[in-house]
Amino acid sequence: MKFSEKWIRQLIELPFSKTELLEQLNLLGLEVDTVEAAAPELNNVVVGQIVAIKPHPDADRLRICQVDAGEAETYQVVCGAANATKNLKAPFAKINAQLPGDIRIKKTKLRGVESFGMLCSEAELGLAEKADGLMALPADAPVGTDIHKYLELDDTLIEIDLTPNRGDCLSVTGVARELAVASRQTLPQKDIPEISPTVKDTFKVDIQIPEACPHYAGRIIKNINTAASTPVWMQEKLRRSGIRSISPVVDVSNYVMLELGQPMHAFDLDKLQGGIQVRYATKNEQLALLDGSEVKLHEDTVVIADHEAACALAGIMGGADSAVSDATRNIFLESAFFKPTAILGQPRRYGLHTDSSHRFERGVDPGLQRDAIERATELLLEIVGGEPGPITDAIQDSAMPVQPEIQLRRNAIQRVLGCSLDDKEVGTILSALGASVDWNGEGWSVKPPSYRFDLKIEVDLIEELARVYGYANIPRSVPAVKPTQLQTYNPSVKLDQIKVALQQSGYYEIVSYSFIDAELQQLLEPEQPAATLQNPISSELAVMRTNLVGGLLKTLQYNLHRQQKALYLYEVGSRYIPQDTDYKEEKMIAGLCHGLRHTESWNNTPDNVDFYDMKGAVERLIAMTGSSDCQFQQAVYPYLHPGQAANVVCEKRIIGHLGRVHPRIEQALDLPGETFVFQLSLAALLGGAVSALQPISKYPGIRRDIAILVDETYSWDEVRACIRTVGPEYLTEIRLFDVYAGENVTPGRKSLAIGLILQEISRTLTDAEIKSSVDRILEALNKNLGATLRE
Amino acid sequence: MTDDIEQLQKQAFQAISQTQALADLEQLRVQYLGKKGLITAQLKTLGALPAEQRKEAGQRINQTKQAVAKLLETHKQKLISAELETKLKTEKLDVTLPGRHDGAGSMHPVMSTLHRIEMLLGQLGFTVEEGPEIEDEFHNFEALNIPEHHPARAMHDTFYFDGGLLLRTHTSPVQIRVMKQQSPPLAIIAPGRVYRCDSDVTHTPMFHQVEGLLVGDNVTFTQLMGTLDIFLRAFFERGGLKTRYRPSYFPFTEPSAEVDVQCVACGGKGCRVCSHTGWLEILGCGMVHPEVFRYCGIDSEKYTGYAFGMGVERLAMLRYGVKDIRLFFENDLRFLKQFR
Repeated sequence: MKFSEKWIRQLIELPFSKTELLEQLNLLGLEVDTVEAAAPELNNVVVGQIVAIKPHPDADRLRICQVDAGEAETYQVVCGAANATKNLKAPFAKINAQLPGDIRIKKTKLRGVESFGMLCSEAELGLAEKADGLMALPADAPVGTDIHKYLELDDTLIEIDLTPNRGDCLSVTGVARELAVASRQTLPQKDIPEISPTVKDTFKVDIQIPEACPHYAGRIIKNINTAASTPVWMQEKLRRSGIRSISPVVDVSNYVMLELGQPMHAFDLDKLQGGIQVRYATKNEQLALLDGSEVKLHEDTVVIADHEAACALAGIMGGADSAVSDATRNIFLESAFFKPTAILGQPRRYGLHTDSSHRFERGVDPGLQRDAIERATELLLEIVGGEPGPITDAIQDSAMPVQPEIQLRRNAIQRVLGCSLDDKEVGTILSALGASVDWNGEGWSVKPPSYRFDLKIEVDLIEELARVYGYANIPRSVPAVKPTQLQTYNPSVKLDQIKVALQQSGYYEIVSYSFIDAELQQLLEPEQPAATLQNPISSELAVMRTNLVGGLLKTLQYNLHRQQKALYLYEVGSRYIPQDTDYKEEKMIAGLCHGLRHTESWNNTPDNVDFYDMKGAVERLIAMTGSSDCQFQQAVYPYLHPGQAANVVCEKRIIGHLGRVHPRIEQALDLPGETFVFQLSLAALLGGAVSALQPISKYPGIRRDIAILVDETYSWDEVRACIRTVGPEYLTEIRLFDVYAGENVTPGRKSLAIGLILQEISRTLTDAEIKSSVDRILEALNKNLGATLRE
Repeated sequence: MTDDIEQLQKQAFQAISQTQALADLEQLRVQYLGKKGLITAQLKTLGALPAEQRKEAGQRINQTKQAVAKLLETHKQKLISAELETKLKTEKLDVTLPGRHDGAGSMHPVMSTLHRIEMLLGQLGFTVEEGPEIEDEFHNFEALNIPEHHPARAMHDTFYFDGGLLLRTHTSPVQIRVMKQQSPPLAIIAPGRVYRCDSDVTHTPMFHQVEGLLVGDNVTFTQLMGTLDIFLRAFFERGGLKTRYRPSYFPFTEPSAEVDVQCVACGGKGCRVCSHTGWLEILGCGMVHPEVFRYCGIDSEKYTGYAFGMGVERLAMLRYGVKDIRLFFENDLRFLKQFR
């Protein structure tokens, strides 16, 4: 809602300066969005009149005007505007005048003819975006008057951002009413005249759906002056509310809407057949609208129709066929009350958001229709004349909204707000809001005015009291400190610790969108169905991710394009897996590494990361959980290299996986070099076991190193399991310290160097028992895996 | 005899003091004091002396032996020190060369802001609750008193899936889930991702919110304001931070308020960050609407409650001076590295 400060001040005298007024609006909950001057700074621009006009000798489109600016001499001005005619009054910028856009008027020659100033359009004065021709001023405009003064441009335009419950403030009267309350005044009642009809003509109105439209007021005005134009004061008020002047009839209906809040419509009476019907659209009914579009109507859309066809989308927009034109002589005015429920959702459905629909969706004062039509008639008679008929007032009282009588308990105020208000103050505020208030012994019976249809229950009134009393005047309190409830579940591994561990290993946390490119999703997991958005913001953000790898890869790509060579990234977030008609959301933690293993430095070698770097990061996280039963098992994932992918299996449950990104994907995403990723279920990592202390041996541990040759096909897990099975209880650790294949090793075999740590808790081990243990291990390795001791 | 020993001592002293290497010194020790050494040999000649001279000569030789041994030791220490001195000189390093480590990563600024909010509200006794991001109309709108076609729904620019599900537009549905499952007293916060179909310098289609809810016996609007005041002061680390509560409208709270803090960039004087108003809009809040309680089966005559919600990116932008919200989701390493 945009309005001029001057307009408000014409309705009520306020004890506020401009700054205070803006502050008051904010504190009333009518949030000020923008504040701007009504016009740019103008000087040396006055009302001018063309007293003589003749063609330019050397230019067809230019004319030479003599302009009277209220001084002894007239000015010679060369002008190119098509509407420049003798006697026309228009703003005249004299030599040295300052116009918007840093334009200074100078004496000039146009095609050889001297010009002393410029006749201006609205656009040149900064009053409109564009204009075609000079700004025509009324014939009674006093020549020579400063234009700023004449148009009263010393004004401020205020735009407020209204919350959807405050439809009552979508008019200057509504805003003035609020400011009146803030200054504890009552807005003076505007005298709405009762216009006496001068003709008997009426047009029948038949409300077929009172549940949608319980009240429809209409009136005929005959023989209007088609040549009349909208007065400047009205044009200016409309302009300052962001509405363009179109024609007197349209301007008046817009003006009344801005002034009182009642959207109106005017039909060309001669284009209407039979009478008005308010009804739902019929199947396949079509309507050509004012904006030139043609809509196919839905059967739950309310239309204003005549006896032949739909003529308007009720409360949204009029039809093209019955629209008022320059030639219209007889009009039919509409001022109706459509219930919000009848209009809600319709504008969006047709893609039509209008000033009218904006108001009807939020609610229009159901007591306003007659006043509005009288006010519009008054203005029309002033501007275009004509002969008004009597008002046709179709009303279905039983369907009209009933204003409730709300019981406000005194103790409820204290209960919700935490502070009490003086009884007198409560009465004053509610009365100032226009409600009728009665003390009932324990509180108040309150009947809000018809325009405050948002007030329905007790707490609505409590909010009004707090709002008008001023939130700033309500004390603030903090409950006395008391021990808060502690949750019994206090996991020893929390998300923060996991994050810190990764960060200490050089990983950066990223946050990527939960929706990704459908193509990328398809590339990563072609068989996995994913949730697709009906209305994505772009095709790149269209499907819900089923893994976190996509976002990591996108981020990798983004940074590689920005000269980064080494990337260690992780993200915590959900993946979304379709399940029947629903989706399963699972919180995951995923990471990626690519490029140099170490920060490039003088003291290390520039090697790239490999599978075991990624595995190391995962092992570090698993170690935090205290789980002793965790295995990495070869696995297959569509986006991982088939030979370098593993499931992470903890306590017999797959909690995630890791591996090298499939070369097919590396190629598709144009990634240079190898990239490794992991993804783990966050729930599996959180929690963790409480460490239970193991005794520490006082006796020295013995280390025996063995080097064996074994077939390449045996995994380390198999070798280790074999040692573990036959090894004694005091074999406390098995360390693999070298893996080698190549020269000096039979092809198909590999050499493993293993350190065995033997330690007994309560005694020193003897050489003999150590030897027999190691022999037993070697024997088992040989028997089960064909391992031989390497010489 | 005396002359011999004198001569020998002189000779030894000279040899020792001229020696530069420890090994040579050891050789000299053997040469003079070893079992077959020159001075030891002198002792063996004592037996040939007359008894009356033997004692004196013996003492003389012993004196010499001790003197030589002492000199050997002092000279040895001297050589050791000199050798260490030389060694230390050769071991000098350039202490300005970079150390050996692989730099740490960092937490995402939005996540660390979220963590900060959780920590501060946690201290006030709020516990974290989570809910699904793919929601239904009931929890995201209806139970929050936003019926179909309500203008407030249009303001939410919702992402939909086939079958009526949607991406939650705020964290408020977690309120509903918690109130339906648990009974008062309740003090929870619900952090998480939310989604709206919107994208410009101050909007991204995904962002984070933290919702707070307190329901109990005597929960009031004055407490809501008091609690948010202390939270905001702690968050911005400014004891005297001014706040302003403006009436507003959310279908799920009444009375409702928008909360402004004095601009943290200019201290309220007016600057570009606060659009020259001196205030920054920071969160929305209000008293839980009786309709919401009704949907959740909580007796609004017995309990009252307050709720508040804030945008985490907004707070992160103010805390770190980030001007464009989209930077948070580009994950440019040069951006992330600034938050180590």
